[in-house]
This record gives sequence, structure tokens and C-alpha cells, in this order.
Amino acid sequence: MNDLSPTAFLISSSIKVFLVFSATLGVVAIMTLIERRVAAFIQDRLGPNRVGPLGILQPAADGLKNILKEETFPSTADRRFFLLAPALAIIPAAMTFAVIPFAAPLETPWGTVSMIVADIPIGILYVLALASLGVYGIFLAGWASNNKYAFLGGLRASSQMVSYEVALGLSLIPVLMLAGNVTLTEFVWQQQQLGFWYVLPLSLAFILFVIASFAETNRLPFDLPEAESELVTGYHTEYSSMKFSMFMIAEFSHILTASALMATLFLGGWSIPFWSGDHMFWHEGMLISGFTPQGEPIAAAPALWKTLLTFLAFAAKTGFFVLVFMWVRWTLPRFRYDQVMHLGWKVMLPVGLAYIMVLAATILVLDQLAVEGFLFGAVLTAVSALATGIFVFVVDRDRLISGSERAEPTRSGVREVQSARVAVLAGGVEE
Amino acid sequence: MADIFFFIFAAMAVGGGVGVVLQKNPIGSLLFMVGTLASIAGIYVLLEAHFLAAIQIMVYAGAIMVLFLFVIMLLNLGHDYRRDFRFGLGMFVAFAISGAIAGLLVRQFGGAEANPIYAHFPGPEGMDQLLREEGVIGAIATPLFTDYVVAFELTGILLLVALVGAIAIAKRKV
Repeated sequence: MNDLSPTAFLISSSIKVFLVFSATLGVVAIMTLIERRVAAFIQDRLGPNRVGPLGILQPAADGLKNILKEETFPSTADRRFFLLAPALAIIPAAMTFAVIPFAAPLETPWGTVSMIVADIPIGILYVLALASLGVYGIFLAGWASNNKYAFLGGLRASSQMVSYEVALGLSLIPVLMLAGNVTLTEFVWQQQQLGFWYVLPLSLAFILFVIASFAETNRLPFDLPEAESELVTGYHTEYSSMKFSMFMIAEFSHILTASALMATLFLGGWSIPFWSGDHMFWHEGMLISGFTPQGEPIAAAPALWKTLLTFLAFAAKTGFFVLVFMWVRWTLPRFRYDQVMHLGWKVMLPVGLAYIMVLAATILVLDQLAVEGFLFGAVLTAVSALATGIFVFVVDRDRLISGSERAEPTRSGVREVQSARVAVLAGGVEE
Repeated sequence: MADIFFFIFAAMAVGGGVGVVLQKNPIGSLLFMVGTLASIAGIYVLLEAHFLAAIQIMVYAGAIMVLFLFVIMLLNLGHDYRRDFRFGLGMFVAFAISGAIAGLLVRQFGGAEANPIYAHFPGPEGMDQLLREEGVIGAIATPLFTDYVVAFELTGILLLVALVGAIAIAKRKV
């Protein structure tokens, strides 16, 4: 249980940077294939299955095609900014994964290596800072193309990302209050100690975070910036070949990072449920697995198989959220622009603020009563479940749940109009 | 190692500042400005002020400069068929004022002898102890919400007043 020497730290960090970066790009490539296969599955088609077994080589073929395609430059575009925009889009997307822990620490002959690229003390703030820089690439692409559709797409993207950044930040504050710190390793540790994944005691924060993440990644139902039916493809209309591909890589790595964040913040990260053998945390320079009742730290026992198992747990949780992103894409229709702004400023913002107040009060009362452990988590779960119930009931009103009956007159009216139209058309054909 | 990084970030910050002034295109100026702000965040990291660095990126590069970007776009500036910057008397006034500010800063902080203001700072050892005890965020949050809470709340009210005023003026014009 010794610290790494500076040389070992430098070498292990370089290896981790290389591995995480190439793994991210590799997973992004596979995700483009999975997205098309999932889309095909939902629409009862086969999808791309010709290149290699199960179509597994399709991303490689797409990449080759993109490199070989002609690069186009619009004659009215500002060439410098036009070239800069894809780079500005992809750099923040590729940097964010650095602060996400992806497995339990690994025991090596040279010391114990944390399975995270950079365990910096500001953790989640680094993610928020980079997320706020993501808007430049998209906005610049839309502006530099000197094309109406691209410009509208860029404007929509930036207003949407600026609006939902607020909600994203507010949905994170309950997590910070409960964990008492901002590093992602601490989030994993606190969830292991509490014995609850934060999705239960902070259910409403989880819902707000998921909605805000969808808006920040410009995915359906928030894909107005590239709304195909109105704006051709929005901000990247004028981009071809690999530069277009860079925007796609940036979008998919945003999805991957957002999924990994959801898994780490709300589903316990790499920890395996109902098993305390993977509890590991750096406490004052020592890797511990918990405290004795007297408050003495207990040394942890890291092992290669534990690292591999926890990595599998992390990959499974992240993969689940990636699939949710794709599933939602084929489930919900796109919002109108005013609906996006209404949801962001008039629903998410006040709900986020109110939830913070409710949760802060609950935590304060529980602390005053010296409630700890399972009961602490259970009370928070109950309060959050109530808040989530009220939120879903108010937001839903008479649309989805109770709508099946109350909206019936409207729907039958629509059906009458439809059948009347069909009758007129049929009559016209007969004449 | 830290010295090398300091000179890289310092050169980038100064170069970005020069770029802001020399660019003919407002969007170019703005991107140089973002580069300068990011380099200053890098210097904060070298000083172990991680929290300040994150806030610098989040607030200045990620929020305020994006608002600048909106203004430039919506005023339809930044096209090469028209000059957006006007030169003349205003330029000389600007140079005079920034020169005066620079001179003041050099006078205050540039001298070889220790400035009396440093007596209020805890020094490297004190800072290390503070960071160990409070953490990077607690070191800022604790004084902000205890000793300086009145000033902090007043600043908040000031910003709120500015916000309400801006909305009131905009509403009247519509």
C-alpha cells in the first residue's frame, strides 16, 4: 500500500491517458454502429450487417469513406473559423472523460494505481467547465459557414446549451450536498458507504440531470440544432468528409461521457451492488475499505480480478445509459423551440431550486436528529419519491398518464375529421 | 517543471491579449480573449487554486464570452465587407487609460521590496495547511460565507438589481 514514485506516476498516467483516449474513440466508433442497429431493431429492420460479422466493421468502412471523400469549402465561408470549428467541438468532448473513475484501484509491483486519468480536487466542476466550452465549436461552425440553415442551427444550439447548463448545475447540487465533496471518486465512495445508489435518495435530481444531459448533448427530443426536416442538418450543413465526422465523434463522445457521469453520480460508478469487497478509497494517503466502529481506517485489499470486475460493472452501467439515449431517440418526437425554452427556464429551474431547498432541509433535520446509515438513506428516498411523484404529476397533467381518458374527446374529434377527409377523397376518386 | 508551464501559459495569455487588440474581426478578438482567459486559468492551476481555475473557465470563458458571442452575432458584425472597429480619438483615450492602469499595477506590485499587502496573506506553508484542513473549495467558501457574508449578499443583490433593471428597460422598448 505504498504511493507511486514520481517516475512510476508519470509512466502510469501516460499509459492511462493513451488507453482511455483510444478506448473512448473505439467505443464511439462502435456506438455509431450500435445506434444504427438499435434504430433498425426498433423500426423492425435489419440495419447495417454486411461489413464483417454482424456488421462490426461498418464503422471502419465509414471512416475510410469519410477520409476519401472530397473536402468542400463554401465560397462565402470564413476559412479560418470554418477550419477551427470542428477542432473546437472535438477537444472539450475528448477531454471530459479524464476525471471519471472507471474501475477499482489496481495493485502493481510499483504501487497502487487509481483507475482514473486525473483525480483532480475539483472533479465535477472540471466537467461543467468543459461542458460550457462545448458551445464554441457548434456556434462557430454555424456562423463561419455563412449559410442561413447553419446559422439558425448554431443559434439554437447555443441558446439551448446555455439554458440547460443552469438546470444541469442545479441538478448536481443535491449530489454535492449528500457526498460533501466534488470529486467523482468521493461520490463512488460515499454511495458505497451509504449503501444506497444516489438514484434512490436523489431521484428527482437524477431525472433533472438526465433531461439536462439530453439537451446538452443535442440529442432527441432536443435535437433542434440539427432538425433535419427544417434546417437540412443545422450547424454542420456545409461540412463534408472528415470534418463532418469530427462533429459526429464529438456528439457521440458527449453521449458516452454523459452516460458515464449518470452511472458514476447516480448508480454507484464502478461499485458492485451488495458486495463490500470492492470498497476502496484514498484516505490521507492510505487505500482504505472502511472504518472500524472506533473510527480506525481498515486497509483495503486491491486485486487484479477486482479491478476487472468493477470495470465490467462500470461498463454495464454506462452501456445501459447509452442504450437509453438511443431508445429515447426513436420514442419521443422533437420539441418546438418555445417548448424547449419553457421547459428549461420555467420548469427545470424552479423545480431544481425547490428540490434543493427540500433536500437541504431534510438533510439538516436528519443531521440534527443524528440519524445515520440505512435510516438516513431511507428517509431521503421517501422524501425524494414524494417530490418526484408531485413533479411527474404536475408536469404530466392531462397528457400521458390520465390523458388516456381526458383527451379522448379531442382524439375522437380528430378521428372524425380524418375519416371525413378520407370519405371526400374516396368520393373524388369515384367521380 | 512548473516554471516551464508558467512561461508557456504566460506567453499564451500575453499573446492572446495582443491578438485581441490586433484582430480586425470581432469574432477573432473574442476567440483570442477566450484563449487568454483559459491560459490564466492554467496559471491558477499552477498556483494550486483549482477552484478558481474551474470558475474562471465556467464563468468567463463559458458564460460571459458566450454572451459576447451572442451580441456580436445578433448585431451581425464580423463580416469582412465592413470594418466593425472605429479608430480615432477613442483609441488614444483607451491607450492612455490602459497605460495608466498598467503603470499603477507595476508601481504597486512590481517593486523588489515586499509589498505591505502581502502581510495579510498566510504564505506558502499557511496555504498548504489551509488546503489540507478545508479542501480547495472550503478554503474559499468558509471565509465567503462567514467573514464576508454581508459583502457577498450585497453583491448578489447588486447583480439582481442590474438584472431586473435590464429586463425593465427591455420590456419598455418592446
